[in-house]
Amino acid sequence: MNNSANDRRGAVTSAGYGLAGQISDLFWRKPFILLLLMLTPPLLWLGVVYIGSLLALLAQSFFSIDEFSGLINYQLTLKTYAELLIPANLDIILRTVSMAAIVTLASVIVAFPVAFYAARYARGRWKALFYLGVMLPLWSSYLVKIYAWKLILAKEGILNWFFELTHLKWLLDAYLAIPLIGGNSLSVSYTGTFLVFLYVWLPFMVLPMQAALERVPANFLEASSDLGATPWQTFRNVLLPLALPGVIAGSIFTFSLTLGDYIIPQIIGSSRLFIGQAVYSHQGTAGNIPLAAAFTVVPVVIMGFYLWMAKRKGAFDAL
Amino acid sequence: MRSDHETRAPMALKIAAACGLLFMHVPILLIFVYAFTTEDKTFQWPPPGYTLKWFAVAWNRPDVWSALQLSLKVASISTIVAMVLGTLCAAAVSRSKFFGREAISLLVILPIALPGIITGIALRSAFNIADIPFSVWTIVLGHATFCVVVVYNNAVARFRRLSGSLVEASMDLGANGFQTFRHVVLPNIATSLLAGGMLAFALSFDEVIVTTLTAGQQATLPIWMLEELVRPRQRPVTNVVAMIVVLVTFLPILAAYYLTRDGDQVAGQGK
Repeated sequence: MNNSANDRRGAVTSAGYGLAGQISDLFWRKPFILLLLMLTPPLLWLGVVYIGSLLALLAQSFFSIDEFSGLINYQLTLKTYAELLIPANLDIILRTVSMAAIVTLASVIVAFPVAFYAARYARGRWKALFYLGVMLPLWSSYLVKIYAWKLILAKEGILNWFFELTHLKWLLDAYLAIPLIGGNSLSVSYTGTFLVFLYVWLPFMVLPMQAALERVPANFLEASSDLGATPWQTFRNVLLPLALPGVIAGSIFTFSLTLGDYIIPQIIGSSRLFIGQAVYSHQGTAGNIPLAAAFTVVPVVIMGFYLWMAKRKGAFDAL
Repeated sequence: MRSDHETRAPMALKIAAACGLLFMHVPILLIFVYAFTTEDKTFQWPPPGYTLKWFAVAWNRPDVWSALQLSLKVASISTIVAMVLGTLCAAAVSRSKFFGREAISLLVILPIALPGIITGIALRSAFNIADIPFSVWTIVLGHATFCVVVVYNNAVARFRRLSGSLVEASMDLGANGFQTFRHVVLPNIATSLLAGGMLAFALSFDEVIVTTLTAGQQATLPIWMLEELVRPRQRPVTNVVAMIVVLVTFLPILAAYYLTRDGDQVAGQGK
């Protein structure tokens, strides 16, 4: 670069200053070639290998499995989809979607104070602390987080110890006696599954929510209270509508991640299946790839619909 | 316009925010306590006593070491692949407008937007169809696919801030494309690449869902953990390994945070 002879050439001529110069000039004159060279490797990887595998999986959902031989029958049919819609499978879908909805709702409620405090009141060191306080749980190992809850919910674990200590064991027992959400112990109940889902996905809700709340000007809230609104009215009519895109952005994560998870309900929860577990068991032990493929279409369709709704509400600006 | 004189937070909000943070951190801290317990059959709380002996036991376990080794190997290779692919994509998307540009960002985000089990099953059935035996490389293929997005996100944000006139100035001063890349572009994007790479490493190191579907007999550290979660055999060793995994993942996250905190976008938000 410091060579004065090179200075005058610039990118105009390519006459004899090395292969690198010639290639670089070619890229300058025909940017298309450079673009093509840059895009080919990622497109081969993601566009061909990844999208190809996804499409191959989708295609398999239109095949069926032969009941007698257990082999895949390569003829286009909707038989597998009919099998997907039997009541037992609909139960699995309903169970998973309700869990995803409840987890999303609960994480909005728990995340809001953290996000609001971090966005509006935390300054300087506290702001950094809040940020890392959300980032570290977000990135700590998923399995370790589940393992931590296995320790907490264990029969001899800290939660039971706490209830014994405060003489509130009867309260826990009464709660566990409630049908559906209760069970023999928290670690084999829907409540346990719910708590772990909430814990593992909570940071995914806090971050986009905080980003949205930071964009709400503080004087809007003051104006609202100056005009005589109670804190609740300000929250309901000013803060919530303005923060909604962030809430929806966060809910995309909590909803989608709950829909596809198969490890949490397997480790903490009753033995009733979720979509992810159904997919896993159909492709594994049962060897029924077509049904597993049809099952994966369910979260994709639900998320597609969800994303379409979110886009209409302007949630992607908050991501 | 500025009227946000330091208002004080209502007490209820402070308490709720503190409870939220506690909820996110106490379970992880519990693992640190359990790593030192003397109890080895149950998850008894409070621990009957404290000891350091499980660290020595875990240290002498060949299966833990080989799982750790495999995890590090897979994460390193996937990170390198993801850094190359992610940077190429980010450079292409930010330097020119072309047909299908939006589709490329969508394509990059897709592997992480779709539930992991879908990516996993799709790749697994593709390997079966193509008769590819499961190996370290099938795991790497799965991991690199979803790691591209974190590198891409970081690089795109930085490329956006990198002013085009810098590149033009370098060209005007006679540098060819490669020299411009080496001396002007690379120093500008280096920290964001490093941050993206660290996040990709952390993501791959921790991944379990895609791994269970793309691995054959090989056990990465998360697969080893999962085995212990489903069928607990050596609880004390698992406690120690869990604590070490937490500590090891914190380091790249803290580093990525400090590398990018002055930027317009901080790394790691889009896990």
